[in-house]
Amino acid sequence: MSYLELDNVTKIYPNGTKAVNETSLSISEGELMVFVGPSGCGKSTLLRMIAGLEDITGGEIKLDNRVINKVDPSERDVAMVFQNYALYPHMNVYKNLAYGLKNKGESKEEIEKKVNEVAELLEIKEFLLRKPGQLSGGQRQRVAMGRAIVRNPKAFLFDEPLSNLDAKLRGQVRIEIKKLQKQMGVTSVFVTHDQVEAMTLGDRLAVINEGVIEQVGSPIEVYEKPATYFVAEFIGTPQMNFINGKIHANKFISDEFECSINKDVKDQEVIFGIRPENLKVSANGSIKIKVDLIEKLGADSIIYGYDKSNNYLCYRENGNTKIKVNEEISLEIEDENYHLFDQETKKRLN
Amino acid sequence: MSSRTLQFTAHFILWLGVLVMVVPIWIAFASSTHENVDIITEGMKWGLGDKFFDNYNEVLNRKGGFSQEITATSMFINSFIMAFGIATVKVIISAMSAYAIVYFRFRLATPIFWLIFITLLVPLEVRILPSYQIVSDLNLTNSYTGLVLPLVASATATFFFRQFYKSVPDELLEAAKLDGANSWKFFIDFLLPLSKTMIAAMFIFMFVYGYSQYLWPLIMTTDEKYWTVVMGMKIIFQESYEGGNLPRVAERFSYIILSMIPPVLVVIFLQRWFIKGLIQTEK
Ligand SMILES: Nc1ncnc2c1ncn2[C@@H]1O[C@H](COP(=O)(O)OP(=O)(O)OP(=O)(O)O)[C@@H](O)[C@H]1O
Ligand SMILES: [Mg+2]
Repeated sequence: MSYLELDNVTKIYPNGTKAVNETSLSISEGELMVFVGPSGCGKSTLLRMIAGLEDITGGEIKLDNRVINKVDPSERDVAMVFQNYALYPHMNVYKNLAYGLKNKGESKEEIEKKVNEVAELLEIKEFLLRKPGQLSGGQRQRVAMGRAIVRNPKAFLFDEPLSNLDAKLRGQVRIEIKKLQKQMGVTSVFVTHDQVEAMTLGDRLAVINEGVIEQVGSPIEVYEKPATYFVAEFIGTPQMNFINGKIHANKFISDEFECSINKDVKDQEVIFGIRPENLKVSANGSIKIKVDLIEKLGADSIIYGYDKSNNYLCYRENGNTKIKVNEEISLEIEDENYHLFDQETKKRLN
Repeated sequence: MSSRTLQFTAHFILWLGVLVMVVPIWIAFASSTHENVDIITEGMKWGLGDKFFDNYNEVLNRKGGFSQEITATSMFINSFIMAFGIATVKVIISAMSAYAIVYFRFRLATPIFWLIFITLLVPLEVRILPSYQIVSDLNLTNSYTGLVLPLVASATATFFFRQFYKSVPDELLEAAKLDGANSWKFFIDFLLPLSKTMIAAMFIFMFVYGYSQYLWPLIMTTDEKYWTVVMGMKIIFQESYEGGNLPRVAERFSYIILSMIPPVLVVIFLQRWFIKGLIQTEK
């Protein structure tokens, strides 16, 4: 059942910027949907329209079977966690959490009970009487979460809430958010431009580019079967390798190598994509590169090099590699794990 | 220069500044505790005399003015009412008009702001005749309303509040909106507490401004009941030459010292907020 539904939603800012273009998406109850995309693609705009902070130029947004286009933000019953947390600087943590409840007209005892519960859950009890200025970044982040949770809303909206934390903390909080969200079962939308965050958090991802959703699917679907060239390029580090070429008689042909295609694709110009981990060294491999740079990450080694037609390719090997810079290596494709995209429409072909 | 000499120089300059400020006040105060004759014959005094109670009592309680009905005490009360009224209403009006200009995106908000701003070029002294005309048409001469009302609009304060509101991050408003705050609540629960220090500072400035008004109360009030301290200063000077008495210099000094007290009190009272705001920024 769809709980939060976007139907042909468009946003044009007064200055003429088309930030979101006829986007449709349906999110089911309790699901954690991640909006991921490069900077300026319209993720925040979309989220802010759901929150009611931005007018909707066209289309409809429904929450729990109610069209909320014209509903006041406070009446939508959604809670948002902002990138810079937007805590109320002049109120202590307790009042920060209580403010929304107070405006709903709840009684003092009720508010106290709820705030204490949430403070317990997020382990911020000891800071209740401090002001936000006297908290660390991580503690502030918790308070911001607390402020969203305490209202028990129909949906959580997160706009890059982890980007101000250091890498280690970010990892921890990510896991906590995921757990909390599952535990509470509240429908959530999480905006990020960090694909690791997107992959690990989301039940599903919506990959957005220039105001358009390019693909919606589970993290694995998106990774294994990117629907467009953009998604293939955006998701995965190191990036997927791309080689331009054409299809002829169910065979991919480039200057460098040929490879038969296991699916019927009509003859046309294509982009051939292959992830670094789907390559392997093989004495008679058809892709030959001259190694230019090696990154040893401990668990993996990433090897970069140029092929004869000057494509910069990347190959990933487990462990500490024996390959040396300037060595020539031959690679072959493992298990037909490749992706074909139409050069013109950039859509997936296989 | 070594840091010691630098520090010494800095302190020296600061102390010099303090002396320049404090010495005249001290001389005025010391002189106010002497006998009239002594000051006239011997000049201003550095040390304290023994006439403190006599002089101050005389200033505060002697009835003066043309009809001998007004005391300095009642002039102080009048001045306080006027200054307090002006400062309070000025702060409220400026805070609210700045709120409207910054947060309500109505057409012409910017031109309206600049219109308010250019009234800075038209101080009361320039528009005193039309202002008087209006107030007298409204039958407000000889009333507190008449003393306060024409002075309550403030471009300066509006400007400062506007700058402050503009520096408040948008997310704060958005978070408050989602938490169910309407525009009134946002003003009361957020902007006012956040601008506490601004309000204190504005209040001090505006209080002193209202307190030191001279021309306006002078032409506004014909009834001695509404005379203010700064006007009274002139009258006491005048009176002392009439009737062939010695000029009452010592009492003038007492009067001047007394007239400084209310603004000083306001500063002392409000500076707690002021300094708090300087130490911990809340934004
Ligand atoms: N208030 C505004 N007025 C005009 N254009 C805007 C406004 N806000 C955003 N935009 C434009 O809309 C587009 C989408 O912006 P948005 O903030 O949604 O991007 P984003 O995906 O959240 O990016 P980021 O990851 O950097 O936060 C951008 O081109 C931006 O310049
Ligand atoms: Mg954004």
